[in-house]
Parts: sequence; structure tokens; C-alpha cells
Amino acid sequence: MSQTIQLGRRSFLTAAAAAGGGLSLGWSLPKAAAQGSTGAELGIWAVIQPDDTTIIRIARSEMGQGTFTGLAQLVADELDADWRFVRAEYVAPEVNLANKRAWGDMSTGGSRGIRASVDYVRKGGAVGRAMLIEAAAAKWGVPAGECSAAMSVVTHAPSGKRLRYGEIAADAAKLTPPADVKVKTPAQWTLIGRGVKRLDTPDKLSGKTVFAIDVQLPNMLSAAIAQCPVFGGKLKSFDASKISAMKGVHQVVKVDDSTIAVVADKWFQAKTALAALPIVWDEGPNNTVDSKQIDTLLKTGLDAKEAALGQSHGDVEAALGSAAKKVEAVYGTQYQSHATLEPMNCTAKWDDGKIEIWVGSQNGDASLAAAAEAAGVKLDAVKVHKHHLGGGFGRRGNQDYVRQAVLIAKQVPGRPVKLIWSREEDMQHDFYRPITQCKLTAGLDAQGNVTGLHARLSGQSILAYLAPQRMENGVDKLAFQGWTPEEFGYMAIPNLLIDHAVRNTHVPVGFWRGVNTNQNALYMECFIDEVAHAAEKEPLEFRRSLMTKNPKHLAVLNAVAERADWGMPLPKGVYRGISQNSGFGSYTAAVAEVSVSPKGELKIHRIVCASDPGYVVNPDQVAGQIEGSFVYGLSSVLFSKITIDKGRVEQSNFDSNPVMRLADMPKVETILVPSGGFWGGVGEPTIAVSGPAVLNAIFAATGKRIRSLPLTQKDLRSA
Amino acid sequence: MKLNINGKVHDVDADPDTPLLWVIREWVGLTGTKYGCGIAECGACSVHIDGVVTRSCSVAAGGVGEAKITTIEGLSPDGLSHPVQVAWLHHEVPQCGYCQSGQIMAAAALLHDKPNPTESDVAVAITNICRCGTYQRIKQAIDTAAALTVTAPVNGKA
Repeated sequence: MSQTIQLGRRSFLTAAAAAGGGLSLGWSLPKAAAQGSTGAELGIWAVIQPDDTTIIRIARSEMGQGTFTGLAQLVADELDADWRFVRAEYVAPEVNLANKRAWGDMSTGGSRGIRASVDYVRKGGAVGRAMLIEAAAAKWGVPAGECSAAMSVVTHAPSGKRLRYGEIAADAAKLTPPADVKVKTPAQWTLIGRGVKRLDTPDKLSGKTVFAIDVQLPNMLSAAIAQCPVFGGKLKSFDASKISAMKGVHQVVKVDDSTIAVVADKWFQAKTALAALPIVWDEGPNNTVDSKQIDTLLKTGLDAKEAALGQSHGDVEAALGSAAKKVEAVYGTQYQSHATLEPMNCTAKWDDGKIEIWVGSQNGDASLAAAAEAAGVKLDAVKVHKHHLGGGFGRRGNQDYVRQAVLIAKQVPGRPVKLIWSREEDMQHDFYRPITQCKLTAGLDAQGNVTGLHARLSGQSILAYLAPQRMENGVDKLAFQGWTPEEFGYMAIPNLLIDHAVRNTHVPVGFWRGVNTNQNALYMECFIDEVAHAAEKEPLEFRRSLMTKNPKHLAVLNAVAERADWGMPLPKGVYRGISQNSGFGSYTAAVAEVSVSPKGELKIHRIVCASDPGYVVNPDQVAGQIEGSFVYGLSSVLFSKITIDKGRVEQSNFDSNPVMRLADMPKVETILVPSGGFWGGVGEPTIAVSGPAVLNAIFAATGKRIRSLPLTQKDLRSA
Repeated sequence: MKLNINGKVHDVDADPDTPLLWVIREWVGLTGTKYGCGIAECGACSVHIDGVVTRSCSVAAGGVGEAKITTIEGLSPDGLSHPVQVAWLHHEVPQCGYCQSGQIMAAAALLHDKPNPTESDVAVAITNICRCGTYQRIKQAIDTAAALTVTAPVNGKA
């Protein structure tokens, strides 16, 4: 196996780049802005109906993270709308495209949904407010400066006159939107910072939410798909005649060089027929690769001479050479699948040179571009229906399933075809969280002070696989998430070197909630605990001593330590561990309390988490994201892994790749300590601190350092 | 075959060995019941069969007979008023929401059998997978729903 295997990269890469022209952050009215709902258009972000119903347009995707509500809060606050009247709806990607992407970037990943939209959506709300006030003032014949707006009502204080938004919106919509508006200061916010109810909850309680997998269309067919089990392998042959008589079967479709699908009246019929279809694969040269070989490959990187530089200051080699004591450890993690509970799916209809798709996507623009490319049509021949996602976690930023649905639909013209991946396909054809290992070396002086630290990553690069054009001279800067000079919390260490020996395999990798902060924070925070132990220092105090140049990190660490009563006695048998990290623009820290029975059974009793995301839009939703991030993160630390044998993924469903369930759920307490002045991410930053806090607590309880993750089947019994 | 779903008898032409899940979704057209794994691991497909919570992906539709099937669409008349739905809304449980039909059906069945479940009753009964990680709120919401159930009479069968 070579050190860089590059196979089977697909056309999803081009999608984002292909969509649309320049970005115009317009708060002026574009032509043909009409969306689903009708009413008075106030700029491009809000539509108000006569009964005061206020529809806020959302360009990003809702996958559970609450952006649908959070973005609406941002607009509604500036609009001074009464939240009871607020609804939200998606901007259709083709409408965005036709209007020079007036609604901005639809990409929803990297915890950017709110923080990257916050300036222009708030301005959009402020534009609407100014138009409503101006219209009311004109109607009353008074200066606009004497009017104010609140709770969907414009008021002229001197005369006591009032107009509901619904009464004046039609007049306001005729005005030219002002080019320059000021947004509120934090002190003026009325909705931002409030834990209002999510707009999407009621339909999710009654089963009414139509996820893409739930789409039902006249004359619709369904498709089940099989991709070569070995990544990079090809479809050699198949015998459609063996299944053509099966009930409901419509046709067998070769999707591309490595993929075949059965189209039937119902999906279960398609799946059943696919299982009976004789398929011969040309597995290619990767069919001998296994996890042992990959492990060996990664180990070659731990001491390799050549490595991509993350950051460095001082002279680590000299510091380690002259250290009174050296501490060294090697950590490693496995591939992880996203396993969104709604498997990959997309419905497509090819009709008269036009393609229409129904999809849950983390990037509506990219889905449109991928559909156009697959169909071989221009961008303006595509229509995209965006649906809420049954989980994203980074998986649905890739457009592979959209491309396949379109390729299938083109072979069944005139009829919509719903492609659904089985859970098995979903788990075995993912863009996995990359596999990495890390060798950490620290030097201590005679007093136990850290004189130098070297962290050497070895493993797969996401950018090398997904976006090689973003590699910079062989460096994948994303590999150092959490460890950049802006993010790394221990900048006071006098001699520091962080580098990465890129070791790629044939296994597809991609963005997985928290991305590389998951592994990096785990390696660093467990190792810092090891170094504290070697220095005979208390872990919290030891961290504090290294954080003198990182006051924001330190404030969050202190907040969590205080809330968790760090240093105070615990019930017998319960032990604490602590960790901190910064990523996606926010600062986070956690304390975990665990016990380990003499038989080796782990129980996590409680995790306290602190986060400083700068500003908080909806504290209840932020708390929900933190609780959930710990489940996703701890699943990968305690239970889940993807391993390779004969070039293919060994796991296929939740039985062979278990995830965390309710019985494993610790009590999570969230402390929000927004320090203001910046907008940090929410969905991902905290995921990284859950694992190391738990692992450090396990060490406190058992004296065992778990350095190879997941923990599955590790022996935690007392010696 | 005939299936009694949410009080209405449906005549469907599916093979009897088709899993109930797919008959509900594709033949009857009720899509609140979800496909997550197909092997009764995740619980997204949970429905009630004569009041017993069942993972419909692993039950042959032909074996259901005249038993009464309740899906999320039939849990309460307006889709929101079952104590579990009321509590779920109060605690803002759902994130992506995909697993929540199954979670709600499992919780409703638990509370029907054990109106005041202990923490360990909940841990044993609610084994449905939620990838967004809403377990903490599910636990809180079940406690709240139990309180609602005890203090107020409930319309319809849990």
C-alpha cells in the first residue's frame, strides 16, 4: 500500500465552486424574489402578511442545530417583529442563483450557520424595520424620526397613533429599501439572547415534518443502490434478467462505473430485488487493505523526518534534549461514520431537459450545481426543494447521493425517482472521520515546569481527499484544528512544535461534527494530564500555569472548575477529569465525574460544560447542542469505530457499530459565559472536550491511561 | 391484506412478508414512522400494535392480522396533545427530529404500562437511537409527561 492512495474522488468537489456568480449581500429587492409564501416583501429577508404573520427566509439548512430558528431570531430582532407571528421558510437555491446569490452562502457546516450570516441577516431585518417606519410616517404625514417600532407595531409617540405591521406592510413594500442601515447594539436586543421555542418543533412531534425521505409524488418510483464494497472498485457485470420478473421491479440502472441501482414501484421491492441481483465487482487493487496495514502506515508517520508544519516557536529539539524529565505517549483513534439517522436519499425528476430534486442537503447551492453537472444541463435548468435534514453532522455537505439520484432519474424520464440508501450502504460508503495517531513528547525541568512540547500527528487529510485545491504546499491546515496559534490554549509553553505527517489511504474521509478538534483535543488534553501527573502537579493548576497567554481559554476553564466544585470531595468511588479546547471560534471546557466498578464497568455521572461563543442567540438551543455534542463525541470515544478488512468497511449497521443510547447518558450541565465582541460557533466546539474529560476521570479512578480509542472492550477492571 | 391503522382499515396489496414499516410508509402513505436501520436496532420505526410498542421494520405486515396499529399520526387527535407530546414541546426535545416519532411512541407505551417510571425503567425501555443526542431532554420530558398523566385524564390510548 502506498502512502497516498487517491481513488474514486467524485464530482461533488466542483459543486460549491460552480454555483452562482458573485455574492451580493443585497438588502435591496432583487427581481423575481418570490418564494413559497406571498405577502409584502420588505427587502429580501422578510415577508409580512395582512394578519401580521412574518415570514423570515432562511438560506442555511436545518439539521437539528437550530439555525432555522436562530437565523429567524436575528432577523426578527432587527425587524422588531413580535415573535408570536414569526414563521420561517427556505430560500430555494435556484431563486438564490437567479438573484446573484442575494441570500448569501447556503453552505451549512463548520458551525458557521449563524456566525457567518449574522451581519447581513441582521441588516436585512433592519431594512424591513426602516421601510415599515417610513411607510407609517408617510401615511401619518409625520417625520419618520418621531416614529418607533416594537412588537410588530409602528407607533408615533406624539400623537399616539399606531399601525400594525400587517396594516402598513403593503405600503412599505413599495418603497426603495434603504442602502445603509445600522443594526442594534447588544443592549438593544430583544430576541437575540432569548430562549424562544424552536419554529420546527411542533411538526416534529406529530410526524408531519416531511424529510426528503418522506417525499411522495405522483407516479413516483423508488430506487435502491449498491456501490462497490471496496472503495475504488468497479462494477464488472450484472444479470438483470434474474430479477426482472420480481414484483414491482421497473428496471435495473447502471448509475456509474462503480454503482448499480434497482428501480421499483416501492423502495422495499427495489431493495429486495437488489439483494437478489447477481453483481460481479472488479474490486481493484485495494481489496487487500486492512486496518492493521493502515495502523502500520500511520506509525511510519510518528517519527518521520518530513512533516507539514502546524505551528512552532522556540527550539523544541533543544528543550527536549536538555529536559530533566521527558514524557512521551502515543494516542490513536479510528475512522468514524456519521450515521445520520435518516440515511442518504434524494428524489429526482428528469423531464424535458430539466431536472428537479427534493433533498436534505447541508448546501443547497452545491446540490443544485451537482444536479446540473450530473444531468449535463445548465444551472438554470435545475429546481431544488430543500427539506429539513434527518441529521447532517458534515455528511450531507457531500453531494454524492444527489448526483446518483439525478443519474438514475435521467434513465427514467418523466417520472420522479426516490433514491434511498439502505443503512448498510450508508455506513459502508461514508466520508469517514479521518484516522489519525499522535505522538506527544514533553520536557520538564527539575521543578516540573514544561520546557517544550512536540505534538506529531500522523494520519489522513480531509482536504487531500475532498478538496486538494485547498492543500497549501502539502499542508492541510484543517488538520491542526484546535492547535493553531489562535486556538491553542497553552501558548505560554516556551518551546512548541506541532506538525503532521500526512498518511492517506484509499478510504474516503470527510467532515464529521467537530472535525479534527475531536482527535486533537483528546490527544492534547489527555497528554497534558499525563504531563501534570509526571510533574506531580494538580491537573487544573497545571493547566492554569500554561494558560497565562490565553485569558479567554482560562476564563472558561475557571468557570467550569468553579461550577463543578473542582477540588471538593465527591461521593466515594467517583472521580473527576477536566479538559479545555478552542475551535470554531468558541472557547470550551468540561469536567466529567465518573466511577468504574471493580468489574470494570464505566459510569459517567455528570459532565459540566462551559462555553464562550462570544454572543448567544438562543441559550436553550445552545444548551441542547452541548448536550447533544457530548453524545456524538462520547459515542466515538466509548463505542463506535469503522475498521477496514479486504479493502472494505467491516461494520454495516448499529449492531456492529454501536452508538451511545439513553442508558449511557450522563447528566450534562451547561454554563454559558459569553464574553461578547465576537460570534463563535455552537454545534461543534464542545464536542472535543467531552472525551478527554471522561478519559482523564477514568485515569483518576483507575490509574489507567486509555490511549487507543474507542474504549470498546478495554479492560478497566481493578488490577 | 387489511390493516387497522389509527382506527381506519386499509386494504393494501403488499406481499404479506413486507415489513410493516414499509407498508405503513409506502402503501398507506403515512411517513411519520421512519426507517433508520431495518434491523430493530434504532427504534425510529416504533409503532403500537394493540398498545405494545413494536419496531415495525422487523414485523411482517401479514402477521399483524386485525390488531390495532397506532402510528405517530394517530397518537393524539391534533398531533400535539398527548402528554408525551406536550412534555416534548415543553422541553424542546427534538433537534433534527428524525428519531422523535419513535422516541415518542416508545415513551407513550412506557407511561401507559408504568405511569411513574423510575430512572432505570426509562433506561431499560427507551433504547431508541438519537444521533443528535437528545437523551437528557427525553429523560426530563418523560418525567414531565408522567406528572401530566397522573394529574390529568388522557384522551385516547397511550
